Amino acid sequence: MNSPEVPSAHGASGTASWPGHRRGHRARWPEWLAEKAIFAVSLSTLGLLLLILVFTAREMIPLLLGRTNSALIQEVIPAADLDRVPRETLRRHLGMGRAEFESMDRATLEAILKTREEALEEVPPSFRTDPDARVNTVSWRHLFLPHAWTGHDRPAYVWQPVGTIHKYNLVPLFVGSLKVTLVGLLMAVPLSLGAALFVSQLAPPWLREWIKPAIELLAGIPSVVLGVIALLVLAEALRRWLGYASPLNALVAGIALGWTAVPLIFSVAEDAFTAVPRSYSQAALALGASRWQAAWQIVLPAALPGVLAAVVLGFGRCMGETMVVLMVSGNASQLSWSLLDSTRSITATIAAEMAEAVSGGPHYQVLFLLGTLLFAVTFVTNLAGDWIIQRLKSRLGGTP
Amino acid sequence: MAPAIETRDLTLHYGKIRALDAVTLEIPERRVTAFIGPSGCGKSTLLRCFNRMNDLIDGVRVSGSCRVSGEDILGSGLDVIALRKRVGMVFQKSNPFPRSIHGNIAYALGLHGIRERAAVDGAVERSLRSAALWDEVKDRLHESAMRLSGGQQQRLCIARAIAIQPRILLMDEPASALDPVATARIEELILELRREYTLVIVTHNMQQATRISDFTAFFYLGKLIEHGPSARVFTCPDRKETEDYVTGRFG
Repeated sequence: MNSPEVPSAHGASGTASWPGHRRGHRARWPEWLAEKAIFAVSLSTLGLLLLILVFTAREMIPLLLGRTNSALIQEVIPAADLDRVPRETLRRHLGMGRAEFESMDRATLEAILKTREEALEEVPPSFRTDPDARVNTVSWRHLFLPHAWTGHDRPAYVWQPVGTIHKYNLVPLFVGSLKVTLVGLLMAVPLSLGAALFVSQLAPPWLREWIKPAIELLAGIPSVVLGVIALLVLAEALRRWLGYASPLNALVAGIALGWTAVPLIFSVAEDAFTAVPRSYSQAALALGASRWQAAWQIVLPAALPGVLAAVVLGFGRCMGETMVVLMVSGNASQLSWSLLDSTRSITATIAAEMAEAVSGGPHYQVLFLLGTLLFAVTFVTNLAGDWIIQRLKSRLGGTP
Repeated sequence: MAPAIETRDLTLHYGKIRALDAVTLEIPERRVTAFIGPSGCGKSTLLRCFNRMNDLIDGVRVSGSCRVSGEDILGSGLDVIALRKRVGMVFQKSNPFPRSIHGNIAYALGLHGIRERAAVDGAVERSLRSAALWDEVKDRLHESAMRLSGGQQQRLCIARAIAIQPRILLMDEPASALDPVATARIEELILELRREYTLVIVTHNMQQATRISDFTAFFYLGKLIEHGPSARVFTCPDRKETEDYVTGRFG
């Protein structure tokens, strides 16, 4: 950026000498600087977002390109054959990039091949005949489709990154996240929209002064604290009441998740309701509507775009919330649509397993893939939400 | 003929501020009565007493009496919704709902139990015709009301108010936000409506008051200063304040 010159007091038009001259408007240089600084800061947010995406996506590139192979028993090229095999075949076999491959000398390549041979010899004898041992568990097919593993009598979705053969099916985790999020939203949306409508339209002012800060204060409670309450009180109370087997399950996690989303949905929706011109409800009241009818039939539909924005934000919050789900969902990665089964979400999986995954290994890459997919889901939801909001707005506002 | 609205010593406080001071007034049926006076003189407040819209403001206290068609409307036992069905209101700024033109009027009808399709459609047409809007919108009844021009929106609000067949129509500066052409149309409309409805209009526009009103009430600092046939109030008022105001010496 070139340093701005201080314009002369008589700075004639046409001789604009610094970037502050624009469209016949001459900014003073501190104002110009402040404006640019604010712009840079807002741009940096965008940059940060992009960096996060690049960072997460980078780690899973080998997975994406199909270079990672997690099979226990892999075909090996014996070290003795090093000179007989075409170099291109060798490079593909080792899963290396061209530049990386060129930088290796012969001794290193031989050592790598030897290590592979040794690893093959260390495979426990019981797995030598197991077909599972030859499966690349991180191929797309095994990440998303069911597979009849040894011991299962029919194809199943299994996430089991422990033991000798790691199974990485992502479907149970997605189902788990969606299940918990759905319960959370079912719990939080009616509650917070109701509260928001009440606070903005029906409550007397003194009551509003109390309720609004109280609900917004809830946002300040760390989710780990909510998790503890859910763990110690809610889980047991619900188990006694409904009499199911596992005290930690999707229902409990969803309800606890709802608590964390309420303040966000509430405050966005409350703003939306309050932004509806008072003249609308005045008109309804003057026509003989009750206050409740005015709020429900006039203010709510008029605030629909804002309400939808609140719900979309709440969805993102629920999908992304980690601590509560980690604490009270039970963390069993089984594929089930039942709310009373123990369940495991994407975020909880990343949080729990990232530390134990070998850096750069298949497990590590799959966790980053999960993160990227989570990012994509939230992004697409926001985008779709935004599109619907724009359409609603133009329908309400009458601009075609 | 019994007055449509009758107040006796009506006094209203907003907290500690006295907005209306012992107003005693009779508003005749099927006539246009204009309320004039400088800003803050209480004319809008009085208007909002007639359909109890002041209830929505905190800290309002009212004393004295106010009768609409002979019925006391200040009692706590009053059915406010029934009152507002009889006493319609049009606001300064047009405020159609963000719905279709048809939907705006249908909503008002629905509030009073008229939901049957044929009845609703008939009432929509009738009220739009009464509001002199039918010919302009009959081909786009299901388009958003927000796409209408300001003057059309205001006429839609009038149509919406008269759709539920009130006896009395209160108008709070109904044309002050409109251009001269739209204002002229609203004034024509008021003269039409006068045959069927009792109209009470708050206005800042002296010429408008002389053009459209049969009676004029002049308010100053919460007090009713003078009330009488418009011709007399504007040409030879009894009180010095009225004369000063209508001749533009203050206000």
